[in-house]
Amino acid sequence: MALGKPRKEARVASLTESPAMRAGLIGLALVFILAFIVLPLLAVFTEALRNGFGAYLTAIEDPVALAAVKLTFIAAGISVPLNLVFGIAASWAIAKFDFRGKSVLITFIDLPFSVSPVIAGLIYMLLFGAQGLMGPFLQSMDVQIIFAVPGIVLATIFVTFPFVARELIPLMQEQGTEEEEAARSLGASGWQTFWRVTLPNIKWGLLYGVLLCNARAMGEFGAVSVVSGHIRGMTNTMPLHVEILYNEYNMVAAFAVASLLASLAVVTLIAKGILEWRYEHELAAIPR
Amino acid sequence: MVASTAIAVPPLGEYPQPRARFRWREPSVLPGFGLTLGFTLTYLSLIVLLPLAALVLKSLELSWDQMWEAATSARALAAYRLSFGAALLAGIVNLFFGVLVAWVLVRYHFPFKRLIDGLVDLPFALPTAVAGIALATLYAPNGWVGSLLDPLGIKVAYTPSGVVIALIFIGLPFVVRTVQPVLQDLNKDVEEAAASLGAGRWQTFRRIIFPSIMPAALTGFALAFARALGEYGSVIFIAGNLPMKSEIAPLLIIIKLEQYDYAGAATIGVTMLIVSFLLLLPINILQRWTRQRAGEN
Repeated sequence: MALGKPRKEARVASLTESPAMRAGLIGLALVFILAFIVLPLLAVFTEALRNGFGAYLTAIEDPVALAAVKLTFIAAGISVPLNLVFGIAASWAIAKFDFRGKSVLITFIDLPFSVSPVIAGLIYMLLFGAQGLMGPFLQSMDVQIIFAVPGIVLATIFVTFPFVARELIPLMQEQGTEEEEAARSLGASGWQTFWRVTLPNIKWGLLYGVLLCNARAMGEFGAVSVVSGHIRGMTNTMPLHVEILYNEYNMVAAFAVASLLASLAVVTLIAKGILEWRYEHELAAIPR
Repeated sequence: MVASTAIAVPPLGEYPQPRARFRWREPSVLPGFGLTLGFTLTYLSLIVLLPLAALVLKSLELSWDQMWEAATSARALAAYRLSFGAALLAGIVNLFFGVLVAWVLVRYHFPFKRLIDGLVDLPFALPTAVAGIALATLYAPNGWVGSLLDPLGIKVAYTPSGVVIALIFIGLPFVVRTVQPVLQDLNKDVEEAAASLGAGRWQTFRRIIFPSIMPAALTGFALAFARALGEYGSVIFIAGNLPMKSEIAPLLIIIKLEQYDYAGAATIGVTMLIVSFLLLLPINILQRWTRQRAGEN
């Protein structure tokens, strides 16, 4: 989002606002950002360190908190690679070929974004829960999905479903098929074409999508909350653990775990910013 | 098609035109169509489509009257009203401030502009539960902001206004990010022409700039509104969650589930889904309109 240098003619009186107006508008925008973005972020870290660094560490090193961290990594570790493979497959089919029903397919892929996270959890509950459509069958097979890790993973996959595909589709559509066709005509196999031609072209866009997908996977609350059952040390991810600690008025511990998630968000934003700045050209097709 | 040169060549129009044969896909030399589309459709069906079908099936377990009752009980209606009202209010606030922030970021230069630009995306990246507890703590009567408002008799946390605050936070990036690229691509020539014809700055904004960014701003508003309707994590901590008063629709689904009223939960879920889909339509039309206008420039 780099802008050129301020152009001289922009200073002509009726082509821009008066300095006072400009300062006022900038001030108002900054106050809004400060109140709604900076303050909440500051509050997380301030509250976490309220009783000093020792209390902060104790809260994080609590075995239940560590179990939540581990489960969060498991959920993201399964759902992100799956959605990554899906994203590549879907964007290959959509961007490299012309077929009927493509726009319907794209709409369906975007569907999880327009569904409330609570409904995302609800649908798996209705499918796999004890009273769900497949509940009796799962019980007879002695398989537990709801209130267990598989349900958490499924809900996470659902809410992060479109992330990678949605970044890759416009990128690959813009790149077209000429390079791949050239590779094929020179005798490259399908896989060779993908690994040597397509993947190098999309790698930064892919990383961009994975970054956003991972941030959401680790931070998802609503969907996971419905299917988790909130069993301490067993089915609590980090955001769910934050909720439990907060509702127990254990503020320092709640904000300590929350600060880990907030740090993840900040790191994600920084990495995203670096990608956008360094590879602006390669990522130009991605709507931001 | 031409059997022999002896046959007189008919005038061009009488040649049988090659009929466009119905094809599911255009031919291509690239491999992997079957594999990737097959995987895409299977994965999409298993993760998204079949579970969503289960939601509809489950709500159909109720008779029409029961369904209507579950979807329109006084408590459910109050929850929809709050969800809609708060999402609308937050959307309007974000529409105004989103355009302002986008304007300031595109047109002016000031210190830490890049940082501010990056921070706009924080609501996308920050887990909703973290945002929820942070906002609840800030706006509680003894919090940084709450303690300033409390003497004025303004209560935000644990009231419906708290819901609006959380939804403003969640929806903040949408309008900024849809308006920003349009403002950047806006042709300065038109503004210069307006100025040279004697238009004042406000007139130029109202007649030239505002109509150009309006579709994008409305798209951002609609996206923020749709997101706000389903939002759960950031709202429940600051809302207070009193039935009929500060209880949002997604929370009502969770409460029904906790009472083992699966069909009732499904019914409210389906109602919310229908509303979301009805919203998607104008969003898509708006986005197409925005793109077309952008193409014209």
